[in-house]
Amino acid sequence: MISLPASKSPESAVKVPAAEKLKVADLSAYYRGKTALRSINLDILANHVTAIIGPSGCGKSTLVRCLNRMHEVQAGNHAEGQVWLDGEDIYAPGVDPVQVRRRIGMVFQKATPFPTMSIEDNVTAGLRLNRRRLGRAERDRIVERSLRRAALWDEVKDVLRQPGTSLSGGQQQRLCIARALAVEPEVLLMDEPCSALDPISTARIEELLLELKASYTIVLVTHNMQQAARASDYTAFLLNGDLIEFGETNQIFTNPGRQETEEYITGRFG
Amino acid sequence: MEPSRKLPARNDAEPRPPQPTRQVMAAIAEKARVGSLPGLLGDRLFRWSTATLALMVIALLAGFAVVLTMQSRLSLVKFSFRFFTSSNWDPVNEQFGALPFVYGTVMTSAIALLIAVPLSLGSALAMVEMLPQWLATRIGFMVELLAAIPSVVYGLWGIFVLGPWLRDNIDPLLAGYLGFLPIFQGPQLSVSLLTAGVLLSVMIIPYITAVCTEVFRAVPQNQREAALALGATRWEMIRMAVVPYGYSGVVGAIILGLGRALGETIAVAMVIGNRPEIAASLFMPSSTLASAIANEFTEATGDLYLSALVELGLVLMVLAVVLNAAARALVMGVVGQQGERR
Repeated sequence: MISLPASKSPESAVKVPAAEKLKVADLSAYYRGKTALRSINLDILANHVTAIIGPSGCGKSTLVRCLNRMHEVQAGNHAEGQVWLDGEDIYAPGVDPVQVRRRIGMVFQKATPFPTMSIEDNVTAGLRLNRRRLGRAERDRIVERSLRRAALWDEVKDVLRQPGTSLSGGQQQRLCIARALAVEPEVLLMDEPCSALDPISTARIEELLLELKASYTIVLVTHNMQQAARASDYTAFLLNGDLIEFGETNQIFTNPGRQETEEYITGRFG
Repeated sequence: MEPSRKLPARNDAEPRPPQPTRQVMAAIAEKARVGSLPGLLGDRLFRWSTATLALMVIALLAGFAVVLTMQSRLSLVKFSFRFFTSSNWDPVNEQFGALPFVYGTVMTSAIALLIAVPLSLGSALAMVEMLPQWLATRIGFMVELLAAIPSVVYGLWGIFVLGPWLRDNIDPLLAGYLGFLPIFQGPQLSVSLLTAGVLLSVMIIPYITAVCTEVFRAVPQNQREAALALGATRWEMIRMAVVPYGYSGVVGAIILGLGRALGETIAVAMVIGNRPEIAASLFMPSSTLASAIANEFTEATGDLYLSALVELGLVLMVLAVVLNAAARALVMGVVGQQGERR
C-alpha cells in the first residue's frame, strides 16, 4: 500500500480477489437449553456485504451475535463450533471475548447512544476503553473521520457537545455506526439496523453500506428482503436454526436453489 | 397518479361552496362536544382531586413549620441568632445554643454516608451485574431484612457489641495511622460520635442498597450490550453504561439514606453519649438534634427549656430541607452539564 503510485485507480484495490474474513464452521448455538442454530457453515468474504435473511425467530440475530461472542452475554446462552477470524478461532479456549469485540464491531436494532454523553463523547466512547489518553487534536480528528464515514458529520458538526439522544432516530443510528467505526474494527455486524427507521433514513444507511464495504467487511441481518437485495453481495437464508441456502444475492433472489428459499422470497410465508 | 395530483389544483381554482362544509364542521364539533362531556368532567375531577392531595403535602409541611415556630417562640425571641451560633447548652442557667447538636447531627450523618455509600453501591452492583440470580436474590432479601430491625434493637447492639468493638479494635488503628488529625486524638470511648456514625451507616445501608439495586436493574440491557460491543470489560461496561444511566437514581438513594441518618433518634441516643459539647475527637461523646430532643424532653422543666428543645426540632427540619435542596442542586448541576463534560 505504502509504495503504490498515486496514479493507480481505487478500483484496482477492490479487484483483489476477496478473501474469507470470517469462516463459520459447524456452529451451533443454544438459548436456555433450546437449540437456536444447528451446525452453521458459512464463509463471509472481506469487503463485501453479506446479508442474513429469514423469518422471525429463525436465528439470524443469534448467528450475527455469535460472530463477536455477544450471544453468550445473556445468562443461559452458549455456542459450540468455530468462527475463524483471519484464521484464528474466536471460540478457541483462552480467547478473550473483549479482544474479539474490539476487532468486530456491532450496531444494534435499536439505536443505543449513551444518554449521558455528548455526540463526540459517544463517538470516542470505545476509544477511551483501556487506551492511552487521546490528545485534543487526535480526538477531534477521530471524531470528524468517524462521523464523516457514518455520513453524519455535516448534520452534527456544530452541535458536537449536545447529548447524543438529542438527535433523530436515523441520526442516532448513524451515531452508533460512527461509534462502532471509531475503534477501527475489521468487521461490522449490523443487526436489523433499519427496522426502527423511516424510509429516508433507511436509504441513507443503505447508501452508507455501499461506501463502508470498501474498508470493512459487513454482515447485515435484515427482515426486509428488498433491503437484502439492494444492499448485499451475498445472502444467507436461515430457517428454524438451519442455514437453508447461501450464495450470491443475485442468484438467491432470481434463481434460488431451494424450494424454501423461493417460497420465502416470493412471500409465501414469513 | 395523474388524476390524484391534479385534484387539489382544480379545487384551488374553483373553491367549493362553503355552506355544506360549515354545516358538516358544526355537526362534527357538536358531536365531539357532546361525546366528550363525561370524559371532560372526569378529567377535571381527577385533576382537582390529585392537585388537592398534592397541595396537602405542602400544607402539612407548612403546618409543621408553623407549629414548631410557635412552640419555640420563647426561645426564638430570647436567643434569636445566638441560638445557632452558640455552643453553650446549659439548662440550669437557661442558656441554650444549638451548635453542638447541629455538629453532632452533621458529623454522624457524614460518617454514615461515607461508609454506607460505597458499601451499598458495591453490593447493589454485585447483585445486579456479577452474582448469579439465586445468590443475588438471597442477599437482596437479607439486606432488606436489615431494614426491618427496630432501631432500638440496633441501639442495644450498638451499646453492647459495636461500641466496645470499635473502641478495642478500630479506634487504636485510626489513632495509630491517622493520629495526626485532631479528630482521631484523645481518649477512646465506646459511646462516641464514631460509634453513632458507624451504627447509622449499618442502618441506612439497606435503604441505599435496595434503591440502587432497582436503579441498576432499570438500566436497559441494550445499553450494556452497546458498551460490551465496543470491547468494554465488565467493569468498563458498569462505568460507561450502568452507573451514568442510573446516576440521578443513585443520588436519590443517597438522599433517602441521608434523611434517615439525620432523623434517626433512639439508636443514636443510646450510643452517642449525649454530651452537648463539640469535641474535636470522634472518639468522644456527642449529641444530635434528634437524640437531644428524645433525651431531654421529659426533663425539660421550664417553659424556655421546652421551647429551646422545640426549636431544635425546627432546626432539624430546616437542616433536612437545606441538605436535600443542596443534594438536588448538585444532581441538577451535574446532569445539566453532562452534555458538555469531557
